[in-house]
Amino acid sequence: MAYHHTIGKKTYQFSDLKTLLAKASPHRSGDVLAGLSAESYEERVAAQITLADVPLTVFLNEAIIPYENDEITRLIIDNHDHAAFILISSLTVGEFRDWLLKDQTDTLVLKNLAPGIMPEMAAAVSKLMRNQDLIAVAKKCEVVSSFRNTIGLRGHFSTRLQPNHPTDDPKGIAASMIDGLLYGSGDAVIGINPATDNPAQVSNLLLLTDTLRQQFDIPTQSCVLCHVTTTLELIKQGAPVDLCFQSIGGTEQSNASFGINLALLDEAYEATLSLNRGTIGNNVMYFETGQGSELSANAHHGVDQQTCEVRAYAVARKYRPLLVNTVVGFIGPEYLYDGKQIIRAALEDHFCGKLLGLPMGVDVCYTNHAEADQDDMDNLLTLLGVAGCNFIMGVPGSDDIMLNYQSTSFHDALYLRNVLGLKPAPEFEQWLIKQGIMNQGGMLVPQPDPRLLKQMKGLWTK
Amino acid sequence: MDKIEPGQLPKDDPFGLLKEFTAARIGIGRTGTSIPLKQSLAFKLAHAHARDAVYSELDIDRLSVELKQFDLPVLQLHSQAAYREQYLQRPDLGRQLNDECTAQLNDHIASGVDIVMIIADGLSADAVNSNAVSLLKILIPQLQSAGLKLAPVCLVKQGRVAIADDVGMHLNARLSLMLIGERPGLSSADSMGAYLTFNPRPGLTDESRNCISNIRPQGLLFKPAAKKIFYLVQEAFRRKLSGVGLKDNAGLLSEQ
Repeated sequence: MAYHHTIGKKTYQFSDLKTLLAKASPHRSGDVLAGLSAESYEERVAAQITLADVPLTVFLNEAIIPYENDEITRLIIDNHDHAAFILISSLTVGEFRDWLLKDQTDTLVLKNLAPGIMPEMAAAVSKLMRNQDLIAVAKKCEVVSSFRNTIGLRGHFSTRLQPNHPTDDPKGIAASMIDGLLYGSGDAVIGINPATDNPAQVSNLLLLTDTLRQQFDIPTQSCVLCHVTTTLELIKQGAPVDLCFQSIGGTEQSNASFGINLALLDEAYEATLSLNRGTIGNNVMYFETGQGSELSANAHHGVDQQTCEVRAYAVARKYRPLLVNTVVGFIGPEYLYDGKQIIRAALEDHFCGKLLGLPMGVDVCYTNHAEADQDDMDNLLTLLGVAGCNFIMGVPGSDDIMLNYQSTSFHDALYLRNVLGLKPAPEFEQWLIKQGIMNQGGMLVPQPDPRLLKQMKGLWTK
Repeated sequence: MDKIEPGQLPKDDPFGLLKEFTAARIGIGRTGTSIPLKQSLAFKLAHAHARDAVYSELDIDRLSVELKQFDLPVLQLHSQAAYREQYLQRPDLGRQLNDECTAQLNDHIASGVDIVMIIADGLSADAVNSNAVSLLKILIPQLQSAGLKLAPVCLVKQGRVAIADDVGMHLNARLSLMLIGERPGLSSADSMGAYLTFNPRPGLTDESRNCISNIRPQGLLFKPAAKKIFYLVQEAFRRKLSGVGLKDNAGLLSEQ
């Protein structure tokens, strides 16, 4: 269906829903690169005014990527919960925005509604919202997941300890891991990006983290972020796999570029679940996403990058993940040019993911060719803390020496917990207190017990 | 609070001894929940070097003088990206020559050219400004003594890797060798990459190329880098291909 809107003497035409969504999207370099962006400030607002009047029911009938051509579209439509949707079925996109912000629209209402919201509806409404709105509504959503600890509880804030090393050297990784634990990092997961996807190497790293976890009885989970096919192979070999990781996109074609499809994810999910290693919960999947990956794979079908991103959340949602992480600033300035665009995209991703019922975390990050610096990351970090983000990364001194980008440091998480009064996952918090790393008030003790380090050194001298 | 005595402010982390195992920024201590100033400024300086590298410019004058020793014509080219901000946001423009340069190349078409060398700024002109000629000093004599005919050396401003396809095709070269500044890391603002493409023509993707990365005095040294490139060049001509198919059989590359 075509849409149009007149401002003064100028009439703007939008040939279909996906064009309208793209033109209504706040400015970002990736949409310009794809040739999808509004061509003037006025056209963007005209598109937003037009989008505000589109009934939500239109999204049930107008697929932005045809049902026949794309298994993600089929997943979205076939799994849509009509009963949950009925509550908001009379609303337009604009009315939906106002309704989301109402006092009566509380945590429980949003939780029950989540399966009734299609990704494109969430993307559409986010385009009409200011950063403040994205924060206010996300704050009302509470998405809790668990494996060996509980992540996402209100008042708690977790970190993925990311102890990467350029050559996967076990001693180097162990050193960063210990440093991170002593700073109270690692309750979301101890997650290593391997330098190579070699199964033997990945297996060694899994054994290393599992040994450390068992030796100190740490209530957390570990993950080596290798390809899902490598994880499947390692599960068959009996490696200690807690979580199954995979990068995902919002179109069938983009997932093909990652070497995956839904059938493969089904298989990996079932295999990981069957290991039954979680002690208090069985959320076993860890997904990473990021705006621009569909365009980068030339697989966007003329859909703007933010809408593509939210479609990826439909994939994540199918597998009841423990963690979903949008790696917002990693992709580079041709998709998100500067701090302003990175901050906006992160708040959109966090909001849309939470609205769809996902345990969202954000890799608050940037590359050296983006117009961004630590000040931008401080801003984003603080905004996400206020918005109730489930977790961020913990990288030694913000400098990932393997992936060559800057993310959040162990200190950044301490800062956020301190200024906002947030605590680690409860089970992990108790562990930190027991080990003499943190006190009851949630502050790090001035000098952790040196015996702790002595014991930890045993990890690699064995 | 008592008066602050000198020497009371943060020292290095008591667990700093872990540092010997990794170059990661561990054991940096804390003041309150924050990173101590000394470490904070060290980080800022590394980022400043990387940022300056992104905005550094190809030193055409100096490179032209230094390249004279090879007795090859030097061409100055420019991509369709007019300025750095545009280059960063429009990688498609950085992969194509502007019209003026395309016309200029048409005057230099020769038959039977084996290799065209291209030096492009990429994401760090500093990297090629300081490393390209040092590498070529070793590599060019090797190529020439193997009887390979070289096209003019092309210096490209605001260039991406794939612009080598455009240049190679216009000069009718059988192989292109691109030396380009890589995305600067916090501790490696001067890292140069070498990309080799057999039968260059627009539309090729990364699978068709071989890349040798991190060429710099603190990374892969010039001599072994030249050795690898020379080996790949010979293999590419022998097997008439480059990219994934070539990499699989490059025994030399796994020696490192």
